[in-house]
Amino acid sequence: MNVRSQISMVFHLDKCIGCHTCSIACKNIWTDRKGAEYMWWNNVETKPGTGFPTAWEDQEKYNGGWVVDDGELKLRSTSKAKTVFNMFHHPNMPTMDDYYEPWTYDYQHLFNAPEGPDQPTAVPISMVTGELINIKSGPNWDDDLGGSPVYAENDPNLDGLTDEQRQQLFAVERLVLFYFPRICNHCLNPSCVASCPSGALYKRGEDGIVLLDQNRCRAWRACVAACPYKKTFFNWSTGKSEKCILCYPRLETGQAPACFHSCVGRIRYLGVLLYDASRIEEVAKSPVEDLVEAQRSIILDPNDPAVIAAARANGIHDSVIESAQRSPVYKFVKEWKIALPPHIEFRTLPMLFYVPPMAPVMAGKENGTVKNISEDLFHDIEEARVPMRFLANLLGGGNEGKVRYALRKQKAVRWYRRALTVGDVTDAQAAEMLAQADCTPEEAEAIYRLTSLCTFDDRFVIPPMHREEAIEMMEDPLEHKQNTGFGFLTGPRRGL
Amino acid sequence: MNSASSYLDQFFFLALPYVALFTFFFVTIERYRNRKFTYSSLSSQFLENQQHFWGLVPFHYGILVVITGHIVAFFVPREILWWNSKPLRLYILEGTALVFAILAAVGLIAAIVRRANVSKMRKVTSPVDWVLFALLLIQVLLGIEVAVRYPWGSSWFATSLSPYLWSVVRLSPDLSYVTPLPLTVKLHIINAFLLILMFPFTRLVHILVIPNPYLWRKPQVVRWYRRPVKA
Repeated sequence: MNVRSQISMVFHLDKCIGCHTCSIACKNIWTDRKGAEYMWWNNVETKPGTGFPTAWEDQEKYNGGWVVDDGELKLRSTSKAKTVFNMFHHPNMPTMDDYYEPWTYDYQHLFNAPEGPDQPTAVPISMVTGELINIKSGPNWDDDLGGSPVYAENDPNLDGLTDEQRQQLFAVERLVLFYFPRICNHCLNPSCVASCPSGALYKRGEDGIVLLDQNRCRAWRACVAACPYKKTFFNWSTGKSEKCILCYPRLETGQAPACFHSCVGRIRYLGVLLYDASRIEEVAKSPVEDLVEAQRSIILDPNDPAVIAAARANGIHDSVIESAQRSPVYKFVKEWKIALPPHIEFRTLPMLFYVPPMAPVMAGKENGTVKNISEDLFHDIEEARVPMRFLANLLGGGNEGKVRYALRKQKAVRWYRRALTVGDVTDAQAAEMLAQADCTPEEAEAIYRLTSLCTFDDRFVIPPMHREEAIEMMEDPLEHKQNTGFGFLTGPRRGL
Repeated sequence: MNSASSYLDQFFFLALPYVALFTFFFVTIERYRNRKFTYSSLSSQFLENQQHFWGLVPFHYGILVVITGHIVAFFVPREILWWNSKPLRLYILEGTALVFAILAAVGLIAAIVRRANVSKMRKVTSPVDWVLFALLLIQVLLGIEVAVRYPWGSSWFATSLSPYLWSVVRLSPDLSYVTPLPLTVKLHIINAFLLILMFPFTRLVHILVIPNPYLWRKPQVVRWYRRPVKA
């Protein structure tokens, strides 16, 4: 057992209101620079929809992630042999057209325009070339377009849905959609790291954050092609790739990452998971239908004395172990099993988990009017307007059972609370629901509390990073007294 | 030989090589130590993907084969002469070199056209890039002219250029090997030293950071800050 700690995340999709506050918080701090204008380390997509960059989930198009070939785990986009030939022209490199060309408006024209018969306008100009641009798409271009034939219909997760299931999505006024916020998953088996010819990408040993060393990146672009979630971005100005850093400077000072901190719906949870690093390859190679369970099995119980001993032996600080014991992520993923990894079939073992949305639409359509199809207070999970198959493609690696389990439990918690607070559901009914959903009243109460009443400290259990020890190990802080500091001291200027 | 041309020869084949080589080593190392961030291939594939293929791929394969040929001839001139002792083998070598040189020229011209024509490209092309493009184009075209007009280059490189270059390396430059050479060849040599001189001031530095460790490293990279380095 090789115990490591990993900062992990849960996004509760039922609570996401699609306000994009997270995206803006991130943009303002990290990507409002030249060459990074088009990047959204955090973005919120509408599902069904094609996302950002367009159709990122379609690996037939982008060739990201891993495949198992002959019992070996292999990158789709590159290999040791191919990396030499991919160097001059990467065959799987997305271009700016797959994202969008960033633009601003010529506001000065409003002030400088010569007097004339018409109101002056601020025309859009490209932030790359500075020339006039005809805007064809932008970030989040398909926001709320759940029923759109241009976007929603091209969602790769609709593969394998029957026509009837597809029609389900359009039943009432084309309203079925939910939001899908995304950041870097800080995977256990990151394909970006494995593809980088320069070794610029790495996983931090202490907390599992995946970072990209700007001094070692040589713009071979392999990470952009290899990441199936398309969460590494190429900065066209500096000639270096960049990615979400999980706000590690904030984490190191005990603050939640900006997107977590600013989340209006309070959908985000962050905490430590302990996992067995010696099993990564074995788990990532599991058959597709077993992947969700296999990934759960690699996550270790932080209260198990054997795990604690092994963690200590591996140099994990007691304060981190203690933090892992209080981790909300552990509860969602491992204890309650209601948070699921996105597209685990890419085999990168993402460490950001999603609680699938209930999409509580009870009604269907009949003779042009909205009609209830269920006598139940909360409709049957199987009758949900978002087909189970769709959610399973997105969050279950195709395994509908995992999604159904998570939704059943969430529904049971609602019945349980309804019995307690409203009383139109009997205790017996609630107990029956809980039993069916493999849930105890204590667990239901805990889920309810962490979902609805959660405070800042409940949601973000940030381990002490002990960076003071790390810095002292490398440099003498006093050496830099009355100095400009240490680390990256010049601006990220493009090479000649 | 008049004195003016003698001075020019001394300047170009004695002074320039040392200035170029000194600058190359000194500035390249200085840049790597102090401005590591600037070491990048500065790829522009993200902004333009179609013409990129037709320019960059032929250029790189072409230039790599041709440069490798020059380096091999520099290090093992005797073996080259032995190889060339059979006409068929000579033709194969020269033919291959010429094909790849033309490939490099075609790719380079395509790359230049791309840089000039696509508006996004112009934004990421610096004045130094244009100087570099000019030097490279001159060099490749001169090389092709030399190959066509003065056969068989692979043999006389081994007998006259290799000894000259070695004399430069050994710090006892012997100009008698180069002074009698035709003007085109001389220009090719001078331009080569100019490229070496310009090397650390351009994106050419990306040649030095080709990622060979990738071929034998483990797929996943983990960096520890706290864990002491095992001695």
